[in-house]
Amino acid sequence: MSKLNITRRGALKAGAAAGGALALPTYLRADGHAGFTNAPGDSSVTLGFNVPQTGPYADEGADELRAFELAVEHLNGEGDGGMLSTFSSKALDGAGILGRKVEYVTGDTQTKPDAARASARSMIEKDGAIMVSGGSSSGVAVAVQALCQEAGIIFMAGLTHSNDTTGKDKKANGFRHFFNSYMSGAALAPILANNYGTDRKAYHLTADYNWGYTTEEAVRTSTEAMGWETVAAVKTPLAQTDFSSYVAPVLNSGADVLVLNHYGGNMVNSLTSAVQFGLRAAEANGKNFEIIVPLYSRLMAKGAGENVKGIFGSTNWHWSLPDAGSMAFTRSFGTKYGFPPSQAAHTCYVQTLLYADAVTRAGSFNPCAVAEALEDFEFDGLGNGKTLYRGEDHQCFKDVLVVKGKENPDNEFDLLEIVEVTPAAQVTYDASIFGGELGTCNPGA
Amino acid sequence: MLGLEKKDFNLLLIVAALVVLAPVLLNPFPEGSAMAQFNAGYPDLMQRFVIFGIFAIGFNILFGLTGYLSFGHAAFLGVGSYAGMWMLKLLSINVIPAIIFSMLIAGLVSLAIGYISLRRSGIYFSILTLAFAQMAFSLAASVLTPITGGETGLQTNLNDPRILPGFLGGGSSADGNIPKPSLFGIEMTATYEISVGNWLWTLNWGYAICAVVMLIAFYISIRIFRSPFGLMLRAIKSNQHRLSYTGLNTRPYMLACFVISGMYAGLAGGLMAAMDPQVGAERMQWTASGEVVLMTILGGVGTLIGPVLGAGLIKYFENIFSKINKATLEMWFSFAPDWLEGILVSIVYPFIGKGWHLTLGLMFMAVIIFLPGGLVEGGKRIGDWVRGKRGKAANDGAEVKTPAE
Repeated sequence: MSKLNITRRGALKAGAAAGGALALPTYLRADGHAGFTNAPGDSSVTLGFNVPQTGPYADEGADELRAFELAVEHLNGEGDGGMLSTFSSKALDGAGILGRKVEYVTGDTQTKPDAARASARSMIEKDGAIMVSGGSSSGVAVAVQALCQEAGIIFMAGLTHSNDTTGKDKKANGFRHFFNSYMSGAALAPILANNYGTDRKAYHLTADYNWGYTTEEAVRTSTEAMGWETVAAVKTPLAQTDFSSYVAPVLNSGADVLVLNHYGGNMVNSLTSAVQFGLRAAEANGKNFEIIVPLYSRLMAKGAGENVKGIFGSTNWHWSLPDAGSMAFTRSFGTKYGFPPSQAAHTCYVQTLLYADAVTRAGSFNPCAVAEALEDFEFDGLGNGKTLYRGEDHQCFKDVLVVKGKENPDNEFDLLEIVEVTPAAQVTYDASIFGGELGTCNPGA
Repeated sequence: MLGLEKKDFNLLLIVAALVVLAPVLLNPFPEGSAMAQFNAGYPDLMQRFVIFGIFAIGFNILFGLTGYLSFGHAAFLGVGSYAGMWMLKLLSINVIPAIIFSMLIAGLVSLAIGYISLRRSGIYFSILTLAFAQMAFSLAASVLTPITGGETGLQTNLNDPRILPGFLGGGSSADGNIPKPSLFGIEMTATYEISVGNWLWTLNWGYAICAVVMLIAFYISIRIFRSPFGLMLRAIKSNQHRLSYTGLNTRPYMLACFVISGMYAGLAGGLMAAMDPQVGAERMQWTASGEVVLMTILGGVGTLIGPVLGAGLIKYFENIFSKINKATLEMWFSFAPDWLEGILVSIVYPFIGKGWHLTLGLMFMAVIIFLPGGLVEGGKRIGDWVRGKRGKAANDGAEVKTPAE
């Protein structure tokens, strides 16, 4: 006999009681009562690591995540400390950040700006992340950087190589350690002139988004300045996996150099296509046909296998660098995961350390204080030699590596050979050349 | 009331109650507890729930009433987003022009696409809409880059013109911060948090606005369903040929329905741009069009509330299940001995994180096989079952007294 019998009086009574119970402990508080968004509690602080786990840059994303885990470990005083011992700033002591244990949440950018923003928003709104880092695409970096600027938290860019990230689309809350297309072009051009001469005809295949555009432009400008000619520049969709229709017309175009402005899985596929079409063995205009990959990484070299031998490109960092910082990082990464880190892993690790260090030096998690501590900060011992975080555009200036695919690798990781270390002074440019407004730092509510 | 029958008015009230109480209902687990992972009551996701609800309601007006399956509705969503975004850039940061223009532009585009596609029905209509949508996606991603920002997408900038006077949200500045989309000065991101005991409820202005728009959209959809126009659309669904033999030209009805549905999608797109000022071309991809079909079928085709439920369920999976990672799993199963923990983790792992599609797919299959009418049919069956039981109990007592109404 379980008949539910609700009378009007009963309902009123229950409603009043429920309302009272709810109202009693209620208080309203505006978001960010500490003066900035997501102010951390006394015991722990949450960082958001937003990396591509699916899509063309998934390999890089997986490596970035490993580096973030390692950085968190080192910040919390576990493991061997990695680069903490070689870092020129000694503010970090392995007791978390400002005495708070570092925790983290992860998300999948899918290498799509929309998905990356949704993921970052849930980190900020749901998990209370105080900083977002990671990403392996400039499209994503630009989108997430704008979101962080709006939300009032710090964005420490992961692997993003487009000039736009700290150029046209720079934001006061966003910082980039990685180098950019302009620097690649400036570092590569003299090496290319020495090896391939000054009267070459180049054919560009370019990934169809902002990184592709700025890379193509940087390489064109710097090679045309030394006498090269650009025959054609063709855009390829980011999601493309079969490049044969793009590679086929290259040989008959009158070009004798192919520039692949591709990264990650794109580059692996397009280079493989180019080699299958016999471009490397071909001759054009009486010269050997050559291929250039402006932005190189070990993961790509691994994916493309034999095909990368002798191909020139530039890279932000390589694990075989002999300085103390690189060796310490490679050792602790290798011990934990069994293989050396990629440049994506390196930049993400360094960005996390730089953020933690800036918070410690500023003595506050307030994004504006952190930004101030990072601006015009000079440091050393993080693998790239002396480095400057320029205050005008939040871009790091450091030496650039020109590399080439190794002819006779000793082991499966030793795929790239460092041809030259171009000094920072040679790749430094005026902050105003790319336009864009930094705006002012936003601490949120 | 409001020109609705009692039953429909009650449904509207139920939806309104759900929408108003969403910040509470979606955060059933206390902050900091292990289950807090499954809380969905944060502004971004709540906004997505209602925005995709609007999208699905609009889609259901076309698919549910006329049976015409459009596989290209994401194109209207994307067009609406771009239109809204340009209004935020050119006119003012106020969301109202953005929302109105997104509907108008999406309406115009759907008029053009509908005019051509509706010459065919059945599978041919679906393929035509799919082709148009893919065309729109390719155009947005490459050729139309100056308008759409290509694969990088479109954002608000510091130096956008914003020509309307300041009190209407106009004006631009070369320094300072990019203004956030707002309604006469109230920013969409403005948020209040209420904590009751260990529970934390988030009240967000953006969500409030989306919710009001959604309730209006839902009300209009009920009126369309119950109107003579809606009846005509149902007639088209049951037998279009017979209808034409009686001398009726069905084309204007179909086109009107298609445009209304496209405007709903545009409205959803405009709201998306207003809530988060960033538009990417992938919003128009065919997978996005497929998603709204799934939402509608999962919830219940042709029912009023079904599409909203379906939209909520899919967005919940996408945003909550996809964020569970291996470390979380290991924490859940840490009670078990190591070998068992390993097995449990490796069994569950493929279904969470980036495997959320798999879980959703299995659930979709289950719903299609066992509940062809979607979640609404599930609810109805449970309702019938409960009523049946109660009815029986009442009958037993009928000998002594008359059962309560």
